[in-house]
Amino acid sequence: MILWTSLDTWIVVAGALAGAACALVGAFLVLRKTSMMGDAISHAVLPGIAIAFIMTASRAAGVMFIGAAIVGVITALLVEVVRRYGKLEHGASMGVVFTVLFAVGLILIERAARHVDIHPEHVLYGAVELVPLHVVTLAGFELPRGVAVLLVTLIVNLTVITALFKELRLATFDPGLATTLGINATAMHYLLMTLTALTTVAAFEVVGSILVIAMLIVPGATAHLLTRRLLPFLVVSVVVAVMAAFLGHIAAIGIPPWFGFEDTSSSGSMATVLGLLFLLAFLAAPEQGVIARGLNLAGLRLSIVTQDALGLLARAAEDPQNPDAGLSFADFCLVSRSPFTARAPALTVALLLLRLRGQVSASGNRYRLTARGRAEALRVLRAHRLWERFFYDDGQVELDELHAAADLLEHYTDAGLRNALAERFAGQSTDPRGRRIP
Amino acid sequence: MITQLLRVLSLADYNTRVVMFGTVTLGIAGGVAGVFLLLRRRALLVDAVSHASLPGVAAAFLLAVTLGGSGRSLPVLMLGALVSGLLGMGCVIIISRFTRLSQDAALGIVLSVFFGFGAALLGIIQKMRGAQAAGLDGFIFGKTASMIRSEALLIGIAALVVIVLTAVLFKELRLFTFDPDFAAGDGWPVQRLDLLLMTLVVAVTILGLQAVGIILIIAILIVPPAAARFWTDNLLVMVLLSALIGALGAYFGTGISAIAPRLPAGAVIVTVLGAAFLFSLLFGSSRGVVRAALWSRAVNRNTLRQNLLRALFEYEESGVRHGMQEQLQYLQSVRGWTVRELRRAIRMLARSGMIYHVSGQPWRFSETGSGAAMRVTRNHRLWEVYLLEHADVAPSQVDQGADFIEHVLGETLVAELEAALPRFGKALPTSVHSLSNADHGGGG
Amino acid sequence: MRLQTLSLPEERFKPATDQKPALHVRDLTVAYDRKPVLWDVDLDVPPSLVAGIVGPNGAGKSTLIKAVLDLVPHASGVVEIFGKPYRRQRRLVGYVPQRESVDWDYPITALELVAMGLYRKIGWCKPVTAPHRCRALEGLAEVGMAALAHRQISRLSGGQQQRIFLARALVQDAQIYFMDEPFAGVDAATEKAIIAILQRLREQGKTVFVVHHDLESVRHYFDYLIMLNMRVVAAGPVADVFTSENLRRTYGGRLTLLDRAVDAIGQGTH
Repeated sequence: MILWTSLDTWIVVAGALAGAACALVGAFLVLRKTSMMGDAISHAVLPGIAIAFIMTASRAAGVMFIGAAIVGVITALLVEVVRRYGKLEHGASMGVVFTVLFAVGLILIERAARHVDIHPEHVLYGAVELVPLHVVTLAGFELPRGVAVLLVTLIVNLTVITALFKELRLATFDPGLATTLGINATAMHYLLMTLTALTTVAAFEVVGSILVIAMLIVPGATAHLLTRRLLPFLVVSVVVAVMAAFLGHIAAIGIPPWFGFEDTSSSGSMATVLGLLFLLAFLAAPEQGVIARGLNLAGLRLSIVTQDALGLLARAAEDPQNPDAGLSFADFCLVSRSPFTARAPALTVALLLLRLRGQVSASGNRYRLTARGRAEALRVLRAHRLWERFFYDDGQVELDELHAAADLLEHYTDAGLRNALAERFAGQSTDPRGRRIP
Repeated sequence: MITQLLRVLSLADYNTRVVMFGTVTLGIAGGVAGVFLLLRRRALLVDAVSHASLPGVAAAFLLAVTLGGSGRSLPVLMLGALVSGLLGMGCVIIISRFTRLSQDAALGIVLSVFFGFGAALLGIIQKMRGAQAAGLDGFIFGKTASMIRSEALLIGIAALVVIVLTAVLFKELRLFTFDPDFAAGDGWPVQRLDLLLMTLVVAVTILGLQAVGIILIIAILIVPPAAARFWTDNLLVMVLLSALIGALGAYFGTGISAIAPRLPAGAVIVTVLGAAFLFSLLFGSSRGVVRAALWSRAVNRNTLRQNLLRALFEYEESGVRHGMQEQLQYLQSVRGWTVRELRRAIRMLARSGMIYHVSGQPWRFSETGSGAAMRVTRNHRLWEVYLLEHADVAPSQVDQGADFIEHVLGETLVAELEAALPRFGKALPTSVHSLSNADHGGGG
Repeated sequence: MRLQTLSLPEERFKPATDQKPALHVRDLTVAYDRKPVLWDVDLDVPPSLVAGIVGPNGAGKSTLIKAVLDLVPHASGVVEIFGKPYRRQRRLVGYVPQRESVDWDYPITALELVAMGLYRKIGWCKPVTAPHRCRALEGLAEVGMAALAHRQISRLSGGQQQRIFLARALVQDAQIYFMDEPFAGVDAATEKAIIAILQRLREQGKTVFVVHHDLESVRHYFDYLIMLNMRVVAAGPVADVFTSENLRRTYGGRLTLLDRAVDAIGQGTH
């Protein structure tokens, strides 16, 4: 039995706001292939936060944001300096910079703990249960402070991205063109890094840096599997992040009791749900999902075997010595150059499918083309002979090699390609062996 | 405080000796294996592996407790860490192979999701009644104080294995990390060598998890070699230096964290390593920033000095005599200097006693100055002739080329140059540019 | 995928038996990610010559070399060196990869790089000793780089880097060499030096394959030419095959239909 309190609502709201803010920025990080830079910056802001704590002896949001913005840019610059002078690859340079900054930050946080109630664990997991304790009034509404800060951050991110949508899109997809059009790709890079740092700082107090990193990278990556256009990309990212916040919290308080445990950290659980959503997209995305691609491949295999069978039947029909224009199961395998030699199961499947489609009829042991099957078979044969013609004329392939090459290509010949071929050989009516091109 | 630190660093207590032995050998092993990890460009993959080990640690703990064990047996926890770390690595490979996502994104996904799942499991453990979850906190930020003899010994053995294997297979590791294609064409089993390297690196990572912590263990592997790189261009020296930096970082880091137990040990060790890195970045003898800056400053000064010497020499050579103002204007126009640059160059030469002037009069060479100007001009013209005759460079570009080369190259080259152009002997060749050109300030 | 259908049974071809070819390739097909890059390559190249491999970008020139050296998996095909399978003849083969394929900031000197060519002879786990360094120095001298033996490789010019790559292959002391774009981005002096080395190798009876871009120099540099555009368009003595007709077929747009077919296959299966 789940007990839902106003605390739970605030946790979900905070998680969703943090997720949406991170996902918006993170989408661009993923598209620009700088995801790990998000990881690096969200580690590296720690010393900035700690110094702000120590200096102001409070959690004043304004100071923290300024500190974060500075640290974000400094991190990006440092990574560049280390890469250039240290001759390190980008990844190693990031690794050096963020681990050292994070280590320094941890030590400073210990010092800051004397002034502000914070511990290294808070950095990772956040202190979401403390959210409703500090309340501020924003535009007449009483909101927990953490939620208000996240709301402002989300609005800032939305505003910046809307205002610079065209520029960001161009700088992301074609930095070269962007530069020639006067958009400074480097400036865009540093802008994104600053936004990342701001968002991290706003979010880490509530949800912790683990979830920040997950929310920066995973929604964008999930969207990448689902769409190729930028606007839907951003929408999907945000939806995924918000869903994860909601489902994650429910899982955190709902699932452990099944096994006799108490509830668990909501941040960790939200990150896990993000992973599961990504897995779902990985498996079931309509075009790029593993399942879709598997089906696609299976469909292709199937269409290849059926077309092969049709092709053999069409050739049998052309054969004057074959009175009933049909083939027996054994004939299919024994005909010279048959693709079904030693592949009886494939042939069984192909014939079954063709009969279901009504393209082949069977009487006794013999298989024959129906009228519908003949039309399809002629299309296949035509593609095959056009390709043979093409290879012979343009590729100077030996006669006996022709069949194999054409055999492969006929299956990939769509209407456009077939027309292009036909146009190329407009005057030719026979294949290289002098047989008619249907 | 200081006496306390000295007591720790001098290894007076048995416990300190055990912990020091463990962390220092870990630092050495990380430093050695890290060099090849860095050169193989796989640093962040290992970061993902270490983050991905957290759910393994937590799951192993839960499993052990459920089965009635204590859950604090280190080998069990490490086995869990290893299994889930490798699972994470597998996920990175699968994601970057079967999707359009870059490896970068794959690393980020695995790292954050696995770690998040681990945190969720830890959250459960922390609220378990009667379970001593305290031991697990050390895995995240690192805890050295609790290290016992057997753990230290295990790390020591692993370090020994890493060192011996690196020493024996030094040549092979160098070959395949530098040029895997050539190595494979030459018949070396590149994939197996790669597997060996990754095994060593992952072993160091898992063994070091408890001391340095999941988040920062990667630093043990990459910061020492990255720092060592600033001091040397020799791989063997780099390996030794990296091991030394790793050992010293661990030694001082452990020492400091022993007297400040509130500070997470991993953070202290990595901060010390970071200081070593910063020092190397700035002052490294091979690639350090300061050295590079000093060198380019020296080259700039030298270039400015030589250019002024030659300009003044050619001014005197042209036989024209003007007042000081006209002379300065001429010098400025010849090299396209700003007033400030010209003043700086004149100050430099005047201070070294190469030129002098009576107030209001034009600048003149002193005896040393005249000799130096002669040498500089001669080198420049020899280069011009050489480039023109031997290197098929167009006359219009000869001046620039000669200008660039003469400032960079040393005396042995000048000797070779003289040998290549024997007809000039020790004489001063005339400029290859026409005189009228020189009059118009084209240099010469 | 049934790329294998493109390959043909071995016994249909009667290889010339009187002289064993230096390189014999039959039915070599290579696909990256199911997308074919090399189709049905057949080659029989006699020994003791310098052979150029030319073709437009993406024609599979580098892939051909890598497939012969077993660096990329092939969908089908047989590769033989002097009549025996490649794997058994590895020690007869030397390789010069593309210069951009390595990290030139790697902490080694020119001499250490060249010594890598001797590793195979030195064997597992044994260190590089003084005699090996002497041999490596000789190799450097052969390419005119002995003076820079102890310089770190990033402090060499592009041409010098190419020369030490060549020196490393020379000390491999092979019978047959594969060089991937050795002339790319080098200065005139290096180009001359490389040509001299190629000629010397031919005089020593060795066979050299060179991936090349500059069509103007083909006649001067090579005895034998392989014109490649996913398939072997022509292969033979330069005088015979370097014709405008073959050039048109290699570089011209007439194979665009095939390109589209390859695209269709790539999309259909990916």
